Amino acid sequence: MGMTMTQKILAHHAGLESVSAGQLIEANVDLTLANDITGPVAIREMEKAGFKTVFDNTKIALVMDHFVPNKDIKSAEQCLECREFSKKHQIVNFFDVGEMGIEHALLPEKGLVAAGELIIGADSHTCTYGALGAFSTGVGSTDLAAGMATGKAWFKVPSAIKFELKGKLQPDVSGKDVILHIIGKIGVDGALYRSMEFAGEGVAALSMDDRFTICNMAIEAGAKNGIFPVDEKTMKYMNGRVNRTLNIASADADAAYDETYVIDLNTLRPTIACPHLPENTKTIDELERIEINQSVIGSCTNGRIEDMRVAAAILKDRHVAKGVRTIVIPATQSIYLQCIEEGLAKIFIQAGAVLSTPTCGPCLGGYMGILAHGEKTVATTNRNFVGRMGHVTSEIYLASPAVAAASAVAGYICAPEAL
Amino acid sequence: MNAKGKVFKYGDNVDTDVIIPARYLNIADPKELSAHAMEDIDTEFVNKVQPGDVIVATKNFGCGSSREHAPLVIKENGVSCVIASSFARIFYRNAINIGLPILECEAAANGIDAGDEVAVDFDTGVIQNITKGETYQAAAFPPFIQSIIKAGGLLKSLKERGE
Repeated sequence: MGMTMTQKILAHHAGLESVSAGQLIEANVDLTLANDITGPVAIREMEKAGFKTVFDNTKIALVMDHFVPNKDIKSAEQCLECREFSKKHQIVNFFDVGEMGIEHALLPEKGLVAAGELIIGADSHTCTYGALGAFSTGVGSTDLAAGMATGKAWFKVPSAIKFELKGKLQPDVSGKDVILHIIGKIGVDGALYRSMEFAGEGVAALSMDDRFTICNMAIEAGAKNGIFPVDEKTMKYMNGRVNRTLNIASADADAAYDETYVIDLNTLRPTIACPHLPENTKTIDELERIEINQSVIGSCTNGRIEDMRVAAAILKDRHVAKGVRTIVIPATQSIYLQCIEEGLAKIFIQAGAVLSTPTCGPCLGGYMGILAHGEKTVATTNRNFVGRMGHVTSEIYLASPAVAAASAVAGYICAPEAL
Repeated sequence: MNAKGKVFKYGDNVDTDVIIPARYLNIADPKELSAHAMEDIDTEFVNKVQPGDVIVATKNFGCGSSREHAPLVIKENGVSCVIASSFARIFYRNAINIGLPILECEAAANGIDAGDEVAVDFDTGVIQNITKGETYQAAAFPPFIQSIIKAGGLLKSLKERGE
């Protein structure tokens, strides 16, 4: 029996000819990632266990992105711990304020993750790099400590669900709508312990930024990873960023899948996940009128340049509705700079939005857009759990950048076509 | 290894944001952090929980973020075991890696109610509901995972192997 794309990457990194679903393996990792929240826990665990050295100082990424520029003394102390560790172990890929970006936008941009590679990160959205045809998955701080010390991680080889994409997205419909539609269909544990493998002729029409968004939210369906086949667009994206020899994987023709879903991209509508689970989806046509207090455009899910361009195109020559606090957060310094160079920054500010330095801030209720009791936000982020962005009675509606921008203008959740 | 205690019962999809809200993740001290365990779903949890108590929930317990702080604050509060119909995968790994016993058992998750007294035998996977006089059988861990638990967590097991 053939292997899925994920299984091939796992087999290769475990030094095995083949693997099958359910098998426990130990695999070599190409990169480990931690941030200012999970990094300090991993560092302490590693030191407590008596590991004195890291396995490879070029294969460890530490990105200060969650609570930076530091929101308070405690978060400053956490960054200090990461900074000192990086200095001591000469960690090459330590990204501090001024160089940092939101980790899952930053690592692909810097060419630190690539097709066929195996990446573990102490952040659940590490699954984002599947867009490049990599196997990447979130782990906890102890797993990460073990990875930093030994360069290895254990895995149970997952089975997979195949998503056969066909057709092409309509205007104002994006990767975010694709993944919200899928999560609405299969549920927040619909892919639990399994891979989500995307395939079919519809892949070619999806931009890299769409693919990053789709893989980013694989975890919201409980998946171990999401992964796209490598095509011309992937190679073009990696060109100039990645200079390593690649072992590109593809699924065998006779690979087994637990289930196959056919997704017709033509028929998808702007999709919203209502409180308090990403699976509570409605199309914009089914959604009642929801007045909002805030609109957040950014995060590891939707803070890339395409997202910024889409939002700016809608906000151009318009103004956000009175009472809608609109927060735009480009995910990396280079995206931020692009926003300035392309004139998007001016559009955002003239429209009455604020433009923030890269940070995860509001997405996880850290800072930079916290909600008071009973307030409602539309957000291009990835989770709408109880209390995620502030008070336990506040509500988060997850949507695409197009919907978040249009809603900011209208004052209620709507698609651009309603403006 | 055994556990015995009173049950705190929750439903589907208990996420890591309600187990330990991210607004507290700037706190490094496990004791201070654990005072906020389950705060957004059950404000009484930290006041009522006794050493040995058991958390029982239905499907997808621990979904959401990879924060190891989640199993950690549960363990810090003296919870001896979490039983659920299913666990989100990162929470599952994290619990094993830090030595918080967890068991997947649909029958137990459905049969046990809040306040029931239960006893768990980790070697056999047998869960006894003392209050109701019922017994449920959880699947045993594969030997590889048992070796991690026996060593007292992932890093200790790696050290034992001489990594």
